[in-house]
Amino acid sequence: MEKKILLANIETPDFGRFDTFRKLGGYVAVEKAMKTMTSGNVVDEVKKSGLRGRGGAGFPTGMKWSFIDKSTNNPRYLLCNADESEPGTFKDHYLILKNPHLLIEGIILSSYALGANTSYIFFRGEWFYLMKILEQAIEEAYTNGFLGKNILGTNYSLDLYCHPSGGAYICGEETALIEALEGKRGNPRSKPPFPAVKGLYGNPTVINNVETIASIPWIINHGGDEYAKIGIGKSTGTKLISACGHINKPGVYEIEMGLPVKEFIYSDEYLGGIKNGKKLKAVIAGGSSVPILPADLILKTSKGEPRLLSYESLSDGGFETGTMLGSGGFIVMDETTCIVHSLLNYTRFYHHESCGQCSPCREGTVWMEKILHRIEYGEGKMNDINLLADIAKHIEGNTICPLGEAAAWPVRSTILHFREEFEEHVKNKKCNI
Amino acid sequence: MNVEQKIIFSEQTLALVRKIVSHYPDGKQKSALLPVLHIAQAEFGGWLSVPVMDYVASLLNLLPVEVYEVVTFYSMFNTKPVGNCIIEICRTGPCWLCGADEIISHLENKLKIKAGETTPDGRFTLKLVECLADCGNAPVIQVGWDYYGNMSKAKMDEMIENFEKNHVVSHKNPYVL
Repeated sequence: MEKKILLANIETPDFGRFDTFRKLGGYVAVEKAMKTMTSGNVVDEVKKSGLRGRGGAGFPTGMKWSFIDKSTNNPRYLLCNADESEPGTFKDHYLILKNPHLLIEGIILSSYALGANTSYIFFRGEWFYLMKILEQAIEEAYTNGFLGKNILGTNYSLDLYCHPSGGAYICGEETALIEALEGKRGNPRSKPPFPAVKGLYGNPTVINNVETIASIPWIINHGGDEYAKIGIGKSTGTKLISACGHINKPGVYEIEMGLPVKEFIYSDEYLGGIKNGKKLKAVIAGGSSVPILPADLILKTSKGEPRLLSYESLSDGGFETGTMLGSGGFIVMDETTCIVHSLLNYTRFYHHESCGQCSPCREGTVWMEKILHRIEYGEGKMNDINLLADIAKHIEGNTICPLGEAAAWPVRSTILHFREEFEEHVKNKKCNI
Repeated sequence: MNVEQKIIFSEQTLALVRKIVSHYPDGKQKSALLPVLHIAQAEFGGWLSVPVMDYVASLLNLLPVEVYEVVTFYSMFNTKPVGNCIIEICRTGPCWLCGADEIISHLENKLKIKAGETTPDGRFTLKLVECLADCGNAPVIQVGWDYYGNMSKAKMDEMIENFEKNHVVSHKNPYVL
């Protein structure tokens, strides 16, 4: 199962520097694309690869690129979304730290495919130490003729800059990111128009996640068809999974899509099992906004088939018994975890991060937090549990952006799978865990 | 904790601001707002007073309200005076699972302040923050632009001692790290 596309060679000393990266095959994909491929060819290879957005939504990247409006001469932009903020997710952090040039190579290829001459890496403001690494790599790419005017002697030019956010989860949402980049509050925009038509400064814009962009060089080097052979079904390629919580070996793992969850959790090659020999209680598999699953359902689907790390297998069973691959933020909880307290924590998070624009999310997240707080601290009533689920239902689908769903799904799924734990809190008038 | 200071950037910082503004198309200097606010906060005592925000507005040719509404939206910007050294503790799910609450209450007891407060001598501010995207090293804290992972009470004690001994100031211009 060992297949390294994103984390290959990262243990080589000085791999973050241009010379070492180049010696090990870096920027060859840019040469290939500039010398032998049209921008359309690049888009076609990415379409063939089956690559899907790695930020969480899983939308096919090649298709997203093909939506960019080429009908006018307005400038086009590629924005790299490095505003990684989904709790449990730290893969882009690791990727930038270990492999900055791969990201830059991917940005050059993606910008070329889109006909964009300016690109920004929008990174979370807490990451200025990573900006230093990126800016050094960008400077090296300029010095060596891979960025700037007339790249490799062609008539294609590209400028690349880093832009910090100011600490707001919502700015990972595409249109909030654009607002932040324009120097405004990160309030998501109503769609349509979509960014591909009207994005940054009203111009055609594509926003892609760090990991998505970093997958492009391999696809150009080896071809979309080869990439599509990796993985399983419509989950092609490799995925970075960032694992944390009650496990022996937390960290970022590059896995081939289709790896069984059981192997991932218990094998020494990956997470090495649950910490202190405890039992597994639940997993949030794709960042804190995806539905939580109890141990039995994360290891096997409701049909009894082994659950795999892929878009399809994780969502098998729908909301009732499945979840989502999301961003790959894999949060593991052992038997000592109070599920109500955990949900209270995430609900407080979504309340804090709601931009306040849509009332169902602005008000609903407050109410959910308050109700969860009183259940956890022994003042809950039995009908609070249904009230919670009801509020969540009324947020879903009624907001401009998916933060509404992100706040509602954890509430609904936790009640669905762990209702008795809420009832015990109410009956005992306290948390016994 | 915040000595009277003339609110004006040095020539060097002004050159940096001009360079940042040049990253955006003509007339889109408002895009430089978040970067310039980070710099202003670092250079003027770790927080953004109204006069500092007005200065940033004048630099970028914006209305003051365009700056106020942005500053109050983003959690990294402080709108009240802070201590020399801000200790930011992640309290979101994964860090909570790995003992963040213990670190928080340990620091509250040690520094004799509540989260969100500053010690009377103006040395430390405790600030609770949301997921820092470093959950593999939970519990995680951030001081200035540095991340510290796998925090324990003992490690925290050692760090506080070092910060005190070395008079660590956490707000530094992030563009000249």
